[in-house]
Amino acid sequence: MKIYATYNIKGGVGKTTTAVNLAYLAAADGLRTVLWDLDPQGAASFMFRVKPRVKGGGRALIRGQRSLDDAIKGTDFERLDLIPADFTYRNMDLLLDKGPEAKQSRKLSKLLAPLAVEYDAVFLDCPPSISLVSENVLHAADTIIVPLIPTTLSVRTLEQLTDFVAGFSGHRPDVLAFFSMVDRRKKLHREITEELSAKRPDVAATIVPSVALIERMSVERSPVSVFAPGSAAAKSYRALWAEVRERLE
Amino acid sequence: MTPGLAGFVVADAEPHWNDALDSVMAALAETFAIAPERASAPRGARRRTWLDTFDWRLYRAGLLLEYVTASRAGQLVLTSVGASAAGNPEPVVQPVTGWRAAQPCLSDHLPDGPVTDRIAGVIAPRALLPLVTVASTTSVTSLLNEDGKTVARLLIERPVITAGHIGTAGSEARIDLPPRLSVTEVRGYPGPARRAARIMALAPQIEPGAPGGSPEKALLDEALAVIGTRAANYSNKVDAKITTDMAAARAVATILLTLLGAVEVNVNGVLRDTDTEFLHDLRVAVRRTRAAIKLLGEVLGLADDVLDQFAADFKWLGDVTTPVRDLDVHLLDFADMTAQLKAAKPTDLDPFRDFLVQRRAREFRALARALRSPRFGQLTADWRATLTTIADGKPRRAGQPGKGAAKRATPDRPAPLASAQTAGALATDRTGVAFRKVARRGGAITRDSPAESLHDLRKRAKELRYALEFFAPLHDKQAYGAVLGDLKRLQDCLGEFQDTEVQIEEIRALAEAMLGAQAVSRGAIARTVLAMGEVTAALATRQVAARDAFENRFAGFAGSDGQRRMAVLLHRTGGAA
Repeated sequence: MKIYATYNIKGGVGKTTTAVNLAYLAAADGLRTVLWDLDPQGAASFMFRVKPRVKGGGRALIRGQRSLDDAIKGTDFERLDLIPADFTYRNMDLLLDKGPEAKQSRKLSKLLAPLAVEYDAVFLDCPPSISLVSENVLHAADTIIVPLIPTTLSVRTLEQLTDFVAGFSGHRPDVLAFFSMVDRRKKLHREITEELSAKRPDVAATIVPSVALIERMSVERSPVSVFAPGSAAAKSYRALWAEVRERLE
Repeated sequence: MTPGLAGFVVADAEPHWNDALDSVMAALAETFAIAPERASAPRGARRRTWLDTFDWRLYRAGLLLEYVTASRAGQLVLTSVGASAAGNPEPVVQPVTGWRAAQPCLSDHLPDGPVTDRIAGVIAPRALLPLVTVASTTSVTSLLNEDGKTVARLLIERPVITAGHIGTAGSEARIDLPPRLSVTEVRGYPGPARRAARIMALAPQIEPGAPGGSPEKALLDEALAVIGTRAANYSNKVDAKITTDMAAARAVATILLTLLGAVEVNVNGVLRDTDTEFLHDLRVAVRRTRAAIKLLGEVLGLADDVLDQFAADFKWLGDVTTPVRDLDVHLLDFADMTAQLKAAKPTDLDPFRDFLVQRRAREFRALARALRSPRFGQLTADWRATLTTIADGKPRRAGQPGKGAAKRATPDRPAPLASAQTAGALATDRTGVAFRKVARRGGAITRDSPAESLHDLRKRAKELRYALEFFAPLHDKQAYGAVLGDLKRLQDCLGEFQDTEVQIEEIRALAEAMLGAQAVSRGAIARTVLAMGEVTAALATRQVAARDAFENRFAGFAGSDGQRRMAVLLHRTGGAA
């Protein structure tokens, strides 16, 4: 079982659309896949038309009163399941902040371990923040997929993240950033994406353009590859998924 | 997606199938939004051919085997007969390439895999035969909730029989079967699937598809019925349709007709050389026929010369089948034979196997000629006509013994009872006689008795076994089982004692024949003959062990406990009569 997390400290950079599309493609590739919507806003759950509700809330899951297994919902797509968001996830930091400090950031890893029997791929869609939740996610993941908007500032964010992860003892996840919401008409976008993609091995060659079709996902409530399989957006997600898989292999 | 939660089948006649499906859809549409499946699902068309041995070994073991093809990939799928739609154990699946669904496949020739591991021991040495082929297309409809989310799925399968390999339908049959409907649950949404199943259960045009069994079994049973047959309709048990009160002559004729049916039904398999057991079963039916003629024939009321001629013809039939069967036994035992070699190498026996195979080919041609001969055709036709007249209750001299009956009467074989004798009385009488014969002759055997006395006892034990089996439907099940268990153990011991001796003699004769044939080099022949010597030594050891076990086995069967068990059996059957 491989664990992929879409993460960025900033909001609105395309974390959820990335998680939804890549999880769909993983399942379409034949991997038994589950996506955990950790964002209390529940955008990923909304896209899969699943109600953002978990019996007993985040508390029951984190404390182990309910197994993750009970919370899993089948999506409309073969081999793709979802663990929905729940509004109580907004307090997840408090729930994780119990017990010995060394173990606090490894709780999600522990919860996810039993899923290995049933799944080949787990996607974690993270809320935007630096918190105990995100620290847990970073510890659990094999690959952290970081959507970047092509600005100078976002490059600094990537460096901070890379440094942070480098400080982990034991298991260190692979970090793969890619440029998201790229507008090729903007000179700055072109310069930054071209320079960094060439220079940094942790930046993917694939870029995901800023197109209205991706925004339409929340209207269609399904992955781009389902309602516009021939589109440039669908193609770029396929290319990105190919890069992600290749790095792990 | 979880497997089918509830299965239904359209109950209406064929012209109304689509109407029935429409009305089910309409009923579901009152609760769910309905849409064709959003994502392309790998369902669609598939073709399945059910496979089993001629004597339904898998079915009887509670297993169903299908060769399934969908989008060109083929796989063997093994499921359990008793599994209900919900909660059935996972099927065992084995991908296979180059499988020829219309051809028999011997257990030795099955490709390696998990299905083979599970079934090889069950079916050996029989071949898997195709039973019936059904092609089906499945359409998937999503049942949606108010968010447009798929919360359950409705699968509609339309099966068509495309080939009947057994039964009355031709190999090119094309017969539509009623559509099957099933609801499957989407993970985390158990409620909607249950609701959909409840709605469907109320629809008047459909009914539960597989009450108390698996959907695969229900479909197979239905397909078999359509092509004019049914599952497990053959076994090598006698199982004649007789009753205690039946007139003895009719009962015996019915038993003999059942045995004749067993001879005839195996002929094709023998001639095609599908597997060795067709010939084995045919031979058993012939032996039983001969034993029945000897033990019970006189109640048929036939003239002595007529009965004697039939007896002679069945002896001929038994004799012409013997050489091939003897060679089959060597070949079936070959793996065990080579495994037990100590000094010789397993490959030393290769020339022996080649020789056996060649011999068998020659003997098989002679056997096939006999089974295609006018004599065989005439025998079965005349025998059937004769028996049918009696079984139909129009015997020329019902219940009257042949002229020689009184002459043949001995202390072991009392003269027949009155003409009003029933099957029950006949069963008690003849089984008792056969038992006393075994008890007396076996009791006279000592450590110093010659081998022939055990061989003779084996024949008598076989007669008793047949007498018991012929009348099995009339006996109390429990008492019958108790007697049969001990008898089988005795027979196994006597069989081992004689068969090992016969095999030793045969291997000696085959060694001489091989030397005469000089088909292989002298060095090779020497090694082979030495290895064959080892095989005979092992057989001799087994024979000694069988001789040592005899006393105990015999005491178990014919000692005071055994006598009491037989008395109980005969008393209950006689009482019922």
